[in-house]
Amino acid sequence: MAMTLRGEVLIDGAADGPLFRMAKPISFWGGIDPKSGRVTDPRHPDYGASIAGSVLALSETIGSSSSSAVMLELIAIGQAPRALLLGRPDAILTLGVVVAREMGVGSIPVLRVPVERLPTSGLARIREGGEISFAS
Amino acid sequence: MELGPYETSIAAGAEGAAAAMAMRIVAEAGRLLGAPRLIEIGSVHVDGCLYHGDSGVHFVEKLVADGGQVQVPTTLNVGALDLLHPERVRGDTHFRDMARRLMDAHLALGCTQSFTCAPYQTGHRPGLGEHVAWGESNAVAFANSVLGARTNRCGDFLDICAGIAGRAPYCGLHLDENRAARAVVRTDTLSFALKDTDAFYPVLGAWLGATFGETVAVMDGLPFGLSDDRLKAVAAGAASTGAIGLFHIAGVTPEAPTVDTACGGVMPETEIALTFDMVRETRDRLSTVDGNRIDAVAVGSPHFSRDEFSVLAKLSKDRKFAVPFFACTGRDVLSALENSDDFSVLKSAGIEFVADTCVVVAPILPESGDVLMTNSAKFAHYGPANTGFDVVYGSLSDCVESAVTGTVVRDETIWR
Repeated sequence: MAMTLRGEVLIDGAADGPLFRMAKPISFWGGIDPKSGRVTDPRHPDYGASIAGSVLALSETIGSSSSSAVMLELIAIGQAPRALLLGRPDAILTLGVVVAREMGVGSIPVLRVPVERLPTSGLARIREGGEISFAS
Repeated sequence: MELGPYETSIAAGAEGAAAAMAMRIVAEAGRLLGAPRLIEIGSVHVDGCLYHGDSGVHFVEKLVADGGQVQVPTTLNVGALDLLHPERVRGDTHFRDMARRLMDAHLALGCTQSFTCAPYQTGHRPGLGEHVAWGESNAVAFANSVLGARTNRCGDFLDICAGIAGRAPYCGLHLDENRAARAVVRTDTLSFALKDTDAFYPVLGAWLGATFGETVAVMDGLPFGLSDDRLKAVAAGAASTGAIGLFHIAGVTPEAPTVDTACGGVMPETEIALTFDMVRETRDRLSTVDGNRIDAVAVGSPHFSRDEFSVLAKLSKDRKFAVPFFACTGRDVLSALENSDDFSVLKSAGIEFVADTCVVVAPILPESGDVLMTNSAKFAHYGPANTGFDVVYGSLSDCVESAVTGTVVRDETIWR
């Protein structure tokens, strides 16, 4: 079933990819391998999965403030999510995207959305301006 | 988000390209956080000198090349190398070279060579109500909660940019209304003996973070005069399992003379009585393995203080360890320790000192091992993912006894 909603644009852009709605918040530092995008925290329910190439939905950002650096590195080496959908305003992961843009190594759209209302899987397409559509 | 005339001129390049980029990034962070403006800050603690990949090195080197200099006193968190014991950290030439370049680039920007995650125990102590911009989650929680300074959790890059710009976004924990407790935690059913045990405090922090995420809570019923070491254990635990940037302890922390004051005179949204079962369950969750054998012990997350070394020296006197025992600390604490009797005791017991970095952020632990014992909630939380070791949590005394035998020795009598 298709569903569309509008997110608040934190960083504008267009992207599409498989939706990966994380079961629990995660600290990118200490939770995501900066070389591959894989979830390395064995206590996390998504342990072993990869965020690379996904449209990643996170209800909140937790843990280490080094997560900005992990985000920048993932973008720089091409292993980042294609977009971030965040439940709360955040200047840690999003700042990694801001710095990536300043450094000219790339950028991804970041939108604030009510993450709990999103589907748990399927495809997500983000248009410039913040429109997001989901398809199963 | 509106910039003042000074900020606008800096962002436009009046003081060079590095200051301009730094001001733009701080302003972007302000926009993302919904801040109406920036605020002048008194100091910075930078978390960004730990190597995660080449991109971060290139960013800081660009700030150096473009003439960047910090405008306020700025301390540095850990790097990925132990510059005092270079053999301590394994790693190929590329890793060592880039990790060193990142540390050097921060020094070139005018930051202090502190390389510690406990800067508040080596003299960097902003005052009550002072606006600062700190990174490193435990240090942020300590600065806000214990010192009463005001900082948001600054991610890597925002911290160094705030130092160069001398500004931070004016929002979040800089504002009175976001510093009031929304939750109250009662601890009166817990025994006084438990509350007088060091090993309780990392667990309390881990419970707080896991329970409240980023909500400000005030805890009641804890002993007055809690030491900085116990408070830093709460801060580190809470900022690892959750995103706690500020907590209050009634009668202990400066913004909480009473529970009511900490709540800002507003009725709290939640009230929880912390029970012994919750404490024990949280403690058990800090261990990932149930076996008997350990391969190494690590303490000092956050970095060990001079006081903690005194306690460790008492416990280690005339003992010999069967497994490697790492104690992580800052170079300032290490240099204060080096001329003391404690140092000779610790040396002869076989303690391996790690300075400028720690075992969870750099490849230091033995390559062949599987199980790490620690007294730190933060090591217990990040250890498995970052080192591949399983972890066993215990008190500092448990850690010493276990290191002597190479098997888990735990004094269960403290947990009641």
